Amino acid sequence: MPKMTFAQAIDYALGEAMARDERVVTFGEDVTMLRRNLFVRFGPRRVRQAPISEAAFLAAGVGAAMAGLRPVVEIMLVDFIAVAFDALLNEASKVRAFSGGGWNVPLVVRAACGGGYGDGGQHEQCLWGLLSAMPGISVAVPSNPADAAGLMLSAIDSDDPVVYLEHKLLSDYWLDYLGGGSRGTVSFDVPREGAEGEVACPPSPVPIGKARLVAEGGDLSLFSLGVGVHRCVEAARSLAERGIASEVIDLRSACPLDTELVTASARKTGRVLVVDEDYIAYGLSGELAAVLAEAGIKADFARVCSEGAIPFSRKLEDEVLPNVRRITEAALRLCEGRP
Amino acid sequence: MKADMEELYRSMARIRFCEEALANLWQRGIISGEMHLGVGEEAVAAGVVAHLEDGDALALDHRSTPPLVARGVDLVPLFLEMIGDERGLCRGWGGHMHLFSREHLACSSGIVGSSAPLGAGFALAAQYLAPGKVAVSFFGEGAANQGMLLESLNLAVAWRLPQVFVCKDNRWAITTRSRSVTGGDLLRRARSFGMPACRVDGTRVEAVWEAAGKAVRRARAGRSPSFLLASCPRREGHFLGDPLLRVYREPLKQTLEIGPPLVRSLLSRPLQAFALRPLYMGIIGKTLTVLGIEKFLLEPDPLCRAARLVPDDVRRRIDQEAREEVERAVSAAMERGKRHA
Ligand SMILES: Cc1ncc(C[n+]2csc(CCOP(=O)(O)OP(=O)(O)O)c2C)c(N)n1
Ligand SMILES: [Mg+2]
Repeated sequence: MPKMTFAQAIDYALGEAMARDERVVTFGEDVTMLRRNLFVRFGPRRVRQAPISEAAFLAAGVGAAMAGLRPVVEIMLVDFIAVAFDALLNEASKVRAFSGGGWNVPLVVRAACGGGYGDGGQHEQCLWGLLSAMPGISVAVPSNPADAAGLMLSAIDSDDPVVYLEHKLLSDYWLDYLGGGSRGTVSFDVPREGAEGEVACPPSPVPIGKARLVAEGGDLSLFSLGVGVHRCVEAARSLAERGIASEVIDLRSACPLDTELVTASARKTGRVLVVDEDYIAYGLSGELAAVLAEAGIKADFARVCSEGAIPFSRKLEDEVLPNVRRITEAALRLCEGRP
Repeated sequence: MKADMEELYRSMARIRFCEEALANLWQRGIISGEMHLGVGEEAVAAGVVAHLEDGDALALDHRSTPPLVARGVDLVPLFLEMIGDERGLCRGWGGHMHLFSREHLACSSGIVGSSAPLGAGFALAAQYLAPGKVAVSFFGEGAANQGMLLESLNLAVAWRLPQVFVCKDNRWAITTRSRSVTGGDLLRRARSFGMPACRVDGTRVEAVWEAAGKAVRRARAGRSPSFLLASCPRREGHFLGDPLLRVYREPLKQTLEIGPPLVRSLLSRPLQAFALRPLYMGIIGKTLTVLGIEKFLLEPDPLCRAARLVPDDVRRRIDQEAREEVERAVSAAMERGKRHA
């Protein structure tokens, strides 16, 4: 299996899907340059430059998908999706329901997400909770190259809308454009296993909604996705030194949730810590708590999430985003039965 | 009234030196994230902001420092903010794309287009709370395709808001030639909403000052919002470290990085597209060529143009004073930042 960067894996899968199926087209701002390798391969009919008119071109993606295309619409950073919310909330998410199941929207919305490079709170959000709250929309969040390729394939194959989020700490080109800018004077805490790894060739689809057991353990369950998974693995290592065996689960999508794996793990360990880079309130972590409660599981529960707007200052930002120290401390509190 | 060239030049020089200082701090890794400079926009910022008075409002985009510096925001807290210090203008929470100065009724946003409706809100509040005051929105020609911006043009006319829309046309939106994704002409577009619109050479501060004066007076008198289309260069690329400019600045390294995957794409499946691929490659090549020609042959420097309208000795004195002021502010900010850390 060849090694690829996270970013290469995504475009590799997208390119394979485009080669296989003429109906797969991609459009968004600056794609001629951002997707230049696909542009040179497929040309401007398949890789189409858009004006800064997200409300229009995202909703156009919905319409085009209804009419038979399989568009992969790029919203540069997920934060910008706010200006095009109608396309998702009231159009894409409603078509299947309103048509009585007779009409569907095979749309992929691709966007970069996440922080850790000091760009401020309008460019570093995750928003997968907010997006997952909309009925009828799946939200995939890969944490490594193999999943990045596999989830992209499944997203394109899906007959319903999928938001596909690409974390900037894992995608080298985004991190370089927005954080590094070719200076050697800044550094970032990039999880290596996430940024580069083996990818099957041809890529094999990863079903959306199937979580991955990253590490087994009996004392505590750590649920996360995206970069958070790698932070959990690191925290699990230092917890192991104190004799605590953590089970780490990569959810791989915020919606749908793999309730089977999640409940099985929680039932086994009796302690759950959710590590979520998205906002703490009304989101993924609360949803997981509800899933467990509804399954009748009595587990001790805690969460390490982003608690408010993400500050610009790197120092403040490091505290707001879930970091290994916060995860370890929360885990210890859970295991010691402290609040 | 005639333009006070000395004051306009001073304002532009202060802006330029601040931008250069920011570039330096960013390069040294002291400023994090993206850094969009307003080098090339000095004449637009200085020429427009010169007409503002206490109580007027500013809604800015991701190149927000030039208008803020022209407006008289204290430089030390400004630099402290840029380096993410807790005693910065926004306590380290805003950073360069999200600078706020409540005292100056000035806000900025990294969401392209949002300065238009926010400015409309400032103008609306002025109608109730401070008649005779105006709001100015700055944005780029790329933003002029954003829905909320177009809606704001209509709103401003429908509500007769005391607002001035300043479109800085640098012809580019990141790597996109704006003309290639824009229908019609922006001036006619603005006029079709029913407001006066004029084109002005945004590298000539005296011309901007003249045109902005009319627009601001019109707004102050409550007659109508206006639209100003000011052409200006994008001298430092989209942001510092701009990948397109890098192709020119480190050609070998970039060719080695970008080249191999492009060649692989040229030779990849499906092969029926093979014949057309050189054409697609040509489209990328053309974008780079246009950028290079503009960058290295055509870009005027607004500061040099303004300098010609000020006597030499005066210009030298202003340069020196402005440079010292900025250097002092940067040192003070760095000193305080260090003591705090
Ligand atoms: C809603 C939204 N879409 C996209 C972006 C990404 N983006 C940042 S600046 C920019 C280009 C803006 O072009 P223009 O308005 O012409 O301003 P310029 O950068 O040329 O000064 C884009 C697309 C954004 N910040 N917000
Ligand atoms: Mg522009």
